[in-house]
Amino acid sequence: MAHPDTTLESRSRRNLLKVGSLALGGLVIGFSLPFPGRSFAEQVLSEGPEDQPMSNSTALDAFIGIDRDGKVIFTVPKIEMGQGAQSGLAVMIAEELEIGLDQITLKEAPPNEAIYNDKLLNFQATGGSTSIRSNWEPLRQAGAAARLLLIQAAAQRWQVGADQLRAENGRVLGPDGQSFGYGELVDDASKLPVPENIPLKPAEQFKLIGKPTRRLDTPAKVNGTARFTIDLVVPGMKYASARACPVIGGTVRSVDDRAARKVPGVIDVIRLGDAVAVIGEHTWATFAGVRALEIEWDYGDNADIDSAQMEREIKEALDKPGALANEQGDIDKALKDAAKTFEAEYQMPFLAHAALEPMTCVAQVRPDAVELWVGTQVPVRAQTAAAEASGRPAEQIIVNNQLIGGAFGRRLEVDFIHQAAAIAAKVDYPIKLTWLREEDTTHDMYRPHYIDRFAAALDAEGRLLGWRHTIAGASVLARFAPAAVPDSGLDGDAVEVAIHPIYAMQNLRVNYVPVPPKALRQSWWRGVGPLRSTYMLESFIDEVARSVDRDPVEYRMELLGSHPRAQAVLRLAAEQAGWGEPLEAGHGRGVAVQEVFGSFLATVVELQVTEDKGIKLKRLVVAVDCGQVMNPVSVKSQIEGGTLFGLSAALFNEITVSKGRVEQSNFHDYRQLRISEAPPVETFIVESREAPGGVGEAGTAMIAPALVNALASANGTRIRRLPLARAGYYVI
Amino acid sequence: MLTLSINGADLEVDVPEDMPLLWVLRDVLALTGSKYGCGIAQCGACTVHLDGEAARSCVLPVGEVKGRKVVTIESIGNTDLGQQVQQAWLEDEVVQCGYCQCGQIMSAVALLEKNPQPDDQTIDQGMAGNLCRCCTYTRIRSAIKRVAQA
Repeated sequence: MAHPDTTLESRSRRNLLKVGSLALGGLVIGFSLPFPGRSFAEQVLSEGPEDQPMSNSTALDAFIGIDRDGKVIFTVPKIEMGQGAQSGLAVMIAEELEIGLDQITLKEAPPNEAIYNDKLLNFQATGGSTSIRSNWEPLRQAGAAARLLLIQAAAQRWQVGADQLRAENGRVLGPDGQSFGYGELVDDASKLPVPENIPLKPAEQFKLIGKPTRRLDTPAKVNGTARFTIDLVVPGMKYASARACPVIGGTVRSVDDRAARKVPGVIDVIRLGDAVAVIGEHTWATFAGVRALEIEWDYGDNADIDSAQMEREIKEALDKPGALANEQGDIDKALKDAAKTFEAEYQMPFLAHAALEPMTCVAQVRPDAVELWVGTQVPVRAQTAAAEASGRPAEQIIVNNQLIGGAFGRRLEVDFIHQAAAIAAKVDYPIKLTWLREEDTTHDMYRPHYIDRFAAALDAEGRLLGWRHTIAGASVLARFAPAAVPDSGLDGDAVEVAIHPIYAMQNLRVNYVPVPPKALRQSWWRGVGPLRSTYMLESFIDEVARSVDRDPVEYRMELLGSHPRAQAVLRLAAEQAGWGEPLEAGHGRGVAVQEVFGSFLATVVELQVTEDKGIKLKRLVVAVDCGQVMNPVSVKSQIEGGTLFGLSAALFNEITVSKGRVEQSNFHDYRQLRISEAPPVETFIVESREAPGGVGEAGTAMIAPALVNALASANGTRIRRLPLARAGYYVI
Repeated sequence: MLTLSINGADLEVDVPEDMPLLWVLRDVLALTGSKYGCGIAQCGACTVHLDGEAARSCVLPVGEVKGRKVVTIESIGNTDLGQQVQQAWLEDEVVQCGYCQCGQIMSAVALLEKNPQPDDQTIDQGMAGNLCRCCTYTRIRSAIKRVAQA
């Protein structure tokens, strides 16, 4: 823990830096980027307000500490769940601080919105592909400020001008061959004010940024020593698992736990409002105990709901006006006067996250505090959930964040943390809650089912004059952050990408109709709004192009005149995929292009389809311009994995509901892409000095439309409703 | 009391014979590298070696393991091949979240033991039982080939 004895502020364009000393000697640099009062929707639509000053107390949990041995401790504001964000952020600091990546020790940030808020999301979270984008300037500035202070401290010792010194590899070098390790300078440096002017390295001088570097978290992940939440053991801990009412909103009426209590290793059975938990000496006892429970439920209001009804309600919503998201020109007139019109409706289903680590949380409720050990994308929300469940004030909740075994948005939710704290509050020892896979699949918080309706107006030459676009589905934002949704109900996430189509058109109307969720709790899923809209828009523009016998790449290219970066990735992907080269019968190519998460991507799928609907994926080619790259290997990994993650869902996945219950339960009936079905992903990065864009979700957003467009090209069948398996397609 | 041969050591455990090996490893012996993903041998995150063959420990009653040699991720690096596979996983930056990778590595080692020069089809067959939700499949293939070519 650091205690600042000198706290000085230096206002720069985007952040505030603070300097102080570590309790045991050393230098600490803290900074803050809160954008209070700013909603997610607002930030989608406008630029942000002024930065707010950072209070003295917030410097205590500062980001960068350098101790007297020269060890750099980086308190990372983002959690690692496979996306490589922590290593990417470490690269920024190492670059400006002139140290090797191996000199950095990572520490998980505690819940503290004053310091760790994401400036794009406006709360402390890892999500929305923001990690690199939000920290690009502030982290480099923090690293550069630390370097300048260390140089200044050396200059004072040697009584020479700072301009004669330079930093390299963790040392400050003097003009006559003398040098100090950073550790020798930290005490002096901690007493200096933060420099007024903190110039950042020009890109030509980057040694680490944009170069292939090894991730910091991977060595422990290949030998079994990496600890995820599910692996943790704290002193005195017992194991727990739970079964909640299969119908959301239902409650426990009565429990017959005689059989469960007879399971060897079962210690206790705990009744909660909507669930029953079994505590045991090991996880197996808790699983067997949960399976042996005889529970009578009061199923509540959702007990008669099924998928057909849910779909009907979304369809009916399409006929309502909903919230106007954007309007240009006069689309009604354009449609009336058009030489040709084209209409279509598309659907994407409910999806589970199905991360391989099921929901897990270690919780202890003690007289003095409540302590959580849990991998979470939202530490402050975790704190709030535990406070609510245990009846303790938030200040008493300690959150120790952990590595996450896949999240894809699932750990932006805290339902399982609430449950763990509620169980822990009823016993006097810590518990580790582990959900059965079946519980995880049936009690996920699902990606909403959306239905979009389009009508395009075309002139006699087939040129696009505009379109009318209506979106219907549940608003995740309205539940997750109600303050971010205006009275109109416009969900800034749901309409992202669709609200300002990348294609030039004079007439446009985009409406969004929120459909109040029933029976399923609905949430963020990798790709969020951009994934939603990209599937819809890229399916539709493809159909429009084909309806007027135009080449889908050429047609898009003409409409992208004001987006040269989009044109460039489209050209590159088309070139690399051999777009236009002749194909055998039954083969086809499909394309999608978009700007998502601040990055430009184009994806081309080449496939073969047999008469009995067997699909052989031949090639997946992705061109990406994500601005300045931190680590090209990480960018490629994210594009490869993200693309296949989206492919898996587009091919196979749909959550269905019968009698208020989710019908799928495990990987046998909610199947996922296997290596034998996964074609190699060929990724091409456009070199760019633009500000970094996100890549964690970008590949995922592109693949579904490219896939259905390829199928249409191969056999003339247009799939307007995902997944392909629903229409009888399978992978060969 | 059951005596188990785990990673070359004889260990005594006091557990019911129908308890899956996975939970004995994880919760009794504190060997947590083998992971729980599905409990029905669908995902492969729990893969260990049983007498040199890849086996899904989540459906393997510990009573059936008596007298057989179990090797887990915690000791696979003690063999040359195991170490080469782990190293290739790092060289090719296979790992994303990492949760499935211990199981992937155990399956890859078992595959390479049997077939030191696998082609794409053999790799796909040998690895199809291991799900990766981060979908690192492209790099798993290249890492296995890196070992094969070494």
